[in-house]
Amino acid sequence: MLAIHRKLLRDLAHMKGQVVAICLVIACGIATFVMSLSTLASLQETREVYYERYRFPHLFVSLKRAPETLRQRLEEIPGVRAVELRIVSEVTLDMPSMDEPAVGRLISIPETHRPRLCNLHLRAGRYVEAGRDDEVIVSEAFADAHELKPGDSVTAILNGRLQTLRIVGVALSPEYVFQIRGGEMLPDDRRFGVFWMGETALAAAFDMTGAFNNVMVSLMRSAAEEDAIKRVDDLLEPYGGLGAYGRDEHVSDRYLSDEIRSLRGMGMIAPAIFLSVAALLLNIVLGRLIGTQREQIAALKAFGYSNCDVGRHYLGFVLVIVLTGSLIGTIGGMLMARGLTRAYAEFYRFPILQYRLDASIVVLGFAIALSAGVLGALIAVRRAAKLPPAEAMRPEPPKSFRDTLLERLGLQRLLPPSTRMILRNLERQPVKTTLSILGIALSVSVLVLGNFMEDSLDYLIDQQFQIAQRQDVSVALVEPASGTIVHDMTHLPGVIRVEPIRGVATRMRFGHRSRRVGITGMPPNMQLYQLLDAKRQRLEVPPEGLLISDKLARILEVRPGQSVTVEVLQEERPVRDIPIVGVIDDYSGLAAYMSLDALNHLMHEGETVSGLYLTADGANHKQLYSELKSSPHVASVTIRTGMLQTFRETMGENLLRMKAWNVFFASVIAIGVVYNSARVSLSERSRDLATLRVIGFTRQEISLILLGELAVLTLVAIPVGLLIGRGLGELVALGLDTELYRIPLVITPKTYGFAAVVTLIASVLASLIVRRRLDQLDLVAVLKTRE
Amino acid sequence: MPTAVFEARQITKTYQMGEVEVQALRGVDLDLFEGELTVLLGLSGSGKSTLLNILGGLDVPTSGTVRYCGEVLDTDDDATLTRFRREHVGFVFQFYNLIPSLTARENVALITDIAEKPLTPEEALQLVGLGQRLDHFPAQLSGGEQQRVAIARAIAKQPHVLLCDEPTGALDASTGIVVLEVIERINRELGTTTAVITHNAIIGQMADRIVRLSEGHIQSAAANPQRRPAAELSW
Ligand SMILES: Nc1ncnc2c1ncn2[C@@H]1O[C@H](COP(=O)(O)OP(=O)(O)O)[C@@H](O)[C@H]1O
Ligand SMILES: [Mg+2]
Repeated sequence: MLAIHRKLLRDLAHMKGQVVAICLVIACGIATFVMSLSTLASLQETREVYYERYRFPHLFVSLKRAPETLRQRLEEIPGVRAVELRIVSEVTLDMPSMDEPAVGRLISIPETHRPRLCNLHLRAGRYVEAGRDDEVIVSEAFADAHELKPGDSVTAILNGRLQTLRIVGVALSPEYVFQIRGGEMLPDDRRFGVFWMGETALAAAFDMTGAFNNVMVSLMRSAAEEDAIKRVDDLLEPYGGLGAYGRDEHVSDRYLSDEIRSLRGMGMIAPAIFLSVAALLLNIVLGRLIGTQREQIAALKAFGYSNCDVGRHYLGFVLVIVLTGSLIGTIGGMLMARGLTRAYAEFYRFPILQYRLDASIVVLGFAIALSAGVLGALIAVRRAAKLPPAEAMRPEPPKSFRDTLLERLGLQRLLPPSTRMILRNLERQPVKTTLSILGIALSVSVLVLGNFMEDSLDYLIDQQFQIAQRQDVSVALVEPASGTIVHDMTHLPGVIRVEPIRGVATRMRFGHRSRRVGITGMPPNMQLYQLLDAKRQRLEVPPEGLLISDKLARILEVRPGQSVTVEVLQEERPVRDIPIVGVIDDYSGLAAYMSLDALNHLMHEGETVSGLYLTADGANHKQLYSELKSSPHVASVTIRTGMLQTFRETMGENLLRMKAWNVFFASVIAIGVVYNSARVSLSERSRDLATLRVIGFTRQEISLILLGELAVLTLVAIPVGLLIGRGLGELVALGLDTELYRIPLVITPKTYGFAAVVTLIASVLASLIVRRRLDQLDLVAVLKTRE
Repeated sequence: MPTAVFEARQITKTYQMGEVEVQALRGVDLDLFEGELTVLLGLSGSGKSTLLNILGGLDVPTSGTVRYCGEVLDTDDDATLTRFRREHVGFVFQFYNLIPSLTARENVALITDIAEKPLTPEEALQLVGLGQRLDHFPAQLSGGEQQRVAIARAIAKQPHVLLCDEPTGALDASTGIVVLEVIERINRELGTTTAVITHNAIIGQMADRIVRLSEGHIQSAAANPQRRPAAELSW
């Protein structure tokens, strides 16, 4: 080994504490990078293969009812590759383990062959057989939630009649990778399940023989989706078509895409934070190293090592640290990705979700870590390379002590000498001080960022389920019914209040932009479902005109006062221009509201309702549920508390795990920055401090000077970090702002406090490590060495 | 007359120190001759180090030329100067400038790693009488021993010239003499052209030629009629 390489290794060993701290920061950055990007790639690839193999379609549309003879005309639409006609219907399920009803979605499948589109992946049991009218295949999510297996049966209310469904198989479908009922905010595998049933049997049960109410279409690669949607819509219009939509509006696929997007965001933000910290640490540490090695540099150059050789030598420090950090990070990232993939496998139902690490991600990770490291060290390394040898031979000229801000403000006499020393030292090295503050601040911001999701979700749940939605139960009716049903429901056991709504499927247009939106008609002064504006003030539905989601307003680029064209997709399909009266602040989906009267008027109908919100006396829930289950008018029932509970259980666990990681990451940063900063200060000041000791200062007193410096850095950094954290939170919230859901940026004082406290503790820990060295300060040796 | 290894002509060096200009050298002419041991004497601040650094290609003059073996040193080109130092010059400094993280052997190896036809580190250390201390770190050696390691490092590449800047400046007299003896032996046995800077006039007695520098001028340059062995010096 060349002597110069030996020097490199020995110097590294000499500063191993600092080296380890920086390596860990880099490792965290690369771990999050590798984890996010490799999981993302696995997820993306798995989805692609799954969709391809099980033929996930491109267009989806529901309609009222159309004859099967329409198939040929659908197939003739240019660009269409395959068409699958289905019957889809929701029923109430009576699950023995629950008082409340669950919703079952029955989907028809051909008995004689596998579906041409959205083929099923059987996990257990077998496919349905022709001639058996009670066989179903159940979705794995529901089967898991209820521990169902082939041979079990469930009771459904089909068209008002109780019917036993015999489970013959458990399956997955590319349509339900993420199983959530459209329009719901949260998934609930206990209360929503998908069942596939032979089409003959299902048609018979719902009186749909020879007809269908749902179509899936796959397109050729060359097909224009928009054009195909238009033609499908035209064709299905007379049959109550509710508007075709592509994968971008398909709920399950949308969730997957959003997850992939947020992984990508995380794969960029987190490594950016860590690698910036690593870069500024390298800057501080290498700057100091080169400062102490001026005379060594002079000797190397005097003996013929070129500027380049010297520069390369110091870049070698960066290289070793970055490569070691990246290696640890890559391994850590792979392990974390395994865990994340396992978590995903619970949420997302794929036949197999195999984790695979692409070499290119590792290479990219190393490359960005190296660039960050080199960038951070560049200034210091350039200084070493450029240092004229004759000048390096003489000791660095003593730092000029200008009047600091302290003196200029005339405060010096008010402060004790030790405080003055601390402040002067900090002010004399503005770059190092700023970088240290920034580094610690970033650790604070990681903690804020890590917890803001929890705060925001809490807030969101509180707003949505305590303030906006106050019903205990919401009921969807099989068919729109006359307003008298409100009266009937009031007499159900325990019911306290009933409020009707009318939902109508529409397509809303403004200019060339359009979206499929359900308009909900509400009675005046509705109590159980409240609309709120951005200031969380209650809004009343106006007698005329629409209130729409802020997100919808942004998508359509429409403002209150302007009118949108509403094309109703049901009944007589009226088309009307309706003014936007106001914008509401909601967190999921796209919604529009108008007064029930106005909506009924638009639909040319008398008082008609399609759903009901109920509050009920807790003691009677069981009876109420059983009445609802058996009512022939009720299509499905949603229970608020059950949904919330399930959600909290699954999310709670994940959030806790995330929080632990965040504390770890932030501590790595805080300790790394404070420790390095302290070591550098110690190296710069060991002579001064030793002198002070010699002339009679106590250990405590000199510790105070050094540690006081760190305390000042940390205290200044905390508010800065809180602000940065908030800014990053805004960025993340912006990234999560989708048509499916919005995450409000909410950061509680508790989160700010937590971030501050964890950083403080990390700082104190790092200070204590350095303080031990201070106690071991060898007075004689320090004073003897020439600097 | 022996041949000149270095011919410096009209060398000036001005340092800019903020507002003030410091004239370290004000037109110096100097020759160093093949195989000779020259001692440069002068008070502190008289420009000795500046001159030596310019000769050795560590620094560049503000004006004037340096010829090395008859060829003008291109002081504008850093790469040329680096190659010149690497191939021809050995330096010894007042504060040794050893690498503290490397052993004696490794400090010498630092140079032999990049030299054309070097001695082995062991041979070089043997020459300065430190054959037994190969694996000691600088911190484990006395000042005189450290300076001898520095000399071993300087001569390991078998340089044409050896430039020593106050090699005894940080040492007590008896240790200083041991170091001077080593320099003397190198000069005699290897024939290395040697220049030693000092503010100690007694050291001039071991020289073939004595040059006196004062306030950036050469005050005098003359052959020393009676060269005395270093071992006989005392101060
Ligand atoms: N890098 C420098 N910047 C400014 N002044 C310098 C520098 N190097 C030397 N000097 C000044 O030049 C003069 C000569 O210095 P030097 O050659 O080191 O003298 P000597 O080695 O004889 O003590 C001194 O006044 C010194 O202060
Ligand atoms: Mg000098």
